[in-house]
Amino acid sequence: MLKVEGLNVFYGDMQALWDVSFEVRPKEVLVLLGANGAGKSTILRTLSGLSCAAEGSVTFNGVRLDQIPADKIIQHGLVHVPEGRRLFPDMTVEENLIMGSLAPEPKRRRQKTLERVYGLFPRLRERMGQYAGTLSGGEQQMVAVGRGLMGLPKILMLDEPSLGLSPLLAQEIFKIIRLINSEGVTILLVEQNVKQSLKVCNRAYVLENGRITLSGTGEQLSSNDHVKQAYLGI
Amino acid sequence: MDLFLQTLVSGFLKGGLYALIGMGMTLIMGVMGIINLAHGQIMMVGMYITYSLFALYGVDPYLSLFVSMPAIFVLGVTIQKYLLNPLLRAETILPENQVLMTVGVGMVLTEVMRFIFTSDYKSARTSYSNATFFLGEISFSVPLVIDLFIAIMMTVALFLFLVKTDTGKSIRATAQDKEAASLMGINAERITYITFGLGSALVAAAGTLLMPIFYLFPDIGGPFTRKAFVICVLGGLGSTVGAIFGGITLGLAEAFGATYVAMEFEDMIGLVMFILVLLFLPGGFKRITKI
Ligand SMILES: Nc1ncnc2c1ncn2[C@@H]1O[C@H](COP(=O)(O)OP(=O)(O)O)[C@@H](O)[C@H]1O
Ligand SMILES: [Mg+2]
Repeated sequence: MLKVEGLNVFYGDMQALWDVSFEVRPKEVLVLLGANGAGKSTILRTLSGLSCAAEGSVTFNGVRLDQIPADKIIQHGLVHVPEGRRLFPDMTVEENLIMGSLAPEPKRRRQKTLERVYGLFPRLRERMGQYAGTLSGGEQQMVAVGRGLMGLPKILMLDEPSLGLSPLLAQEIFKIIRLINSEGVTILLVEQNVKQSLKVCNRAYVLENGRITLSGTGEQLSSNDHVKQAYLGI
Repeated sequence: MDLFLQTLVSGFLKGGLYALIGMGMTLIMGVMGIINLAHGQIMMVGMYITYSLFALYGVDPYLSLFVSMPAIFVLGVTIQKYLLNPLLRAETILPENQVLMTVGVGMVLTEVMRFIFTSDYKSARTSYSNATFFLGEISFSVPLVIDLFIAIMMTVALFLFLVKTDTGKSIRATAQDKEAASLMGINAERITYITFGLGSALVAAAGTLLMPIFYLFPDIGGPFTRKAFVICVLGGLGSTVGAIFGGITLGLAEAFGATYVAMEFEDMIGLVMFILVLLFLPGGFKRITKI
């Protein structure tokens, strides 16, 4: 479905990704694991066009995404929920959600998708007139995920959605991710929360210093000695 | 007491036009993060369009809004597209250079207008230019009342556009987080064109509305750029609602300064306020609402 081949990405002179290749299969939950600074966000930023690859290709259902500008990517159904949520702080919850549905098809189905998002996150319906900048961290993450869903994603890319949330809220977010996946949306999840994400995923890749070092199913990686030692602390 | 009320009324009427001027500048500031130092000069070009239509074809200044606004919208889009955005692509150039570019644009506009129209004073005197009506002892200038009415309608239209339409929301989103906006599928370059065009059209409208009561010469742009800047600082840079308050405040301050201090101080009042606000109220009237 999504094929990433041989990505080399630089920030100035510093190389952040080294020959990164992986694929995302239809309907799966794929997790990219890695410590802080491993290059996880850079991968997602490259897929959505915010960062440019010096070498390599990104192919999504036959379309070369690395050759089109960032603002055209969402139309192809690849939706990026960025690290740190990046809501529009001086717009209301509902306006933020609407901003996720600017492309023609999502715009046509806006009202229906909005209902679906409010169904997933009843709390957002209560808060729909509140400015996003005044929400709690957990509520902001709900808006960020909801805004992503408004774009009718085929693949939803989530960058550390559990970051800064209490364990309880993080669990809530993982539950929602599974629910969204069960409705047919493929998930590409970036996480440092290794335990939880290995539980929800079908497959995972481990990223270290900008290189992919391990891959396998959730169970395989959970029982891998290196993963246990480096990420699970057992 | 009558003098006080009279001053209040004339200050408020002028403030409506100032608000229009300030909103144009603040919109550009909010999205592009630059101070457009050609703002008053762009208004001056709009005034010459209105003057030409009036002098050549006898077109009523209010009617010429339908020409001056679209024409100056196009001028604004052109400036943004061909003069300002290319600077962003050259990595060695500082963002401040965009501001310097607007200074250059302002000078060129002034000299081009001087070349075409000379430095002579022009005006568009209409039958209603000096008309007034009275409520009690207070006199109201007919054109200024019409101006205020049109300025209010335009302000309402601008807000409806920014709040209700996808393009308007995209402008606000781009001002708040450019990168997130591009993830939403917003073409940031297109938004910069629209914003500069819109800001220019608004100030052109203010210039056109001034024509029945004001005089015109090429160097009129500079003082209005300064006024616009003062209004934006009063209102909090980038805040549209703030610009309305800033405009009305400046209008009132100038009127009271002229009445109670001295006529010659009218223009100085704004600059004194500017310094006071920077010293004692940095951030201006911002955050009253979020638009
Ligand atoms: N805008 C940037 N400019 C320069 N270096 C950056 C930038 N963003 C990230 N990096 C560097 O790239 C590497 C990978 O960062 P990132 O992709 O954010 O990692 P992760 O998301 O896994 O924490 C890090 O060494 C980081 O310091
Ligand atoms: Mg990251």
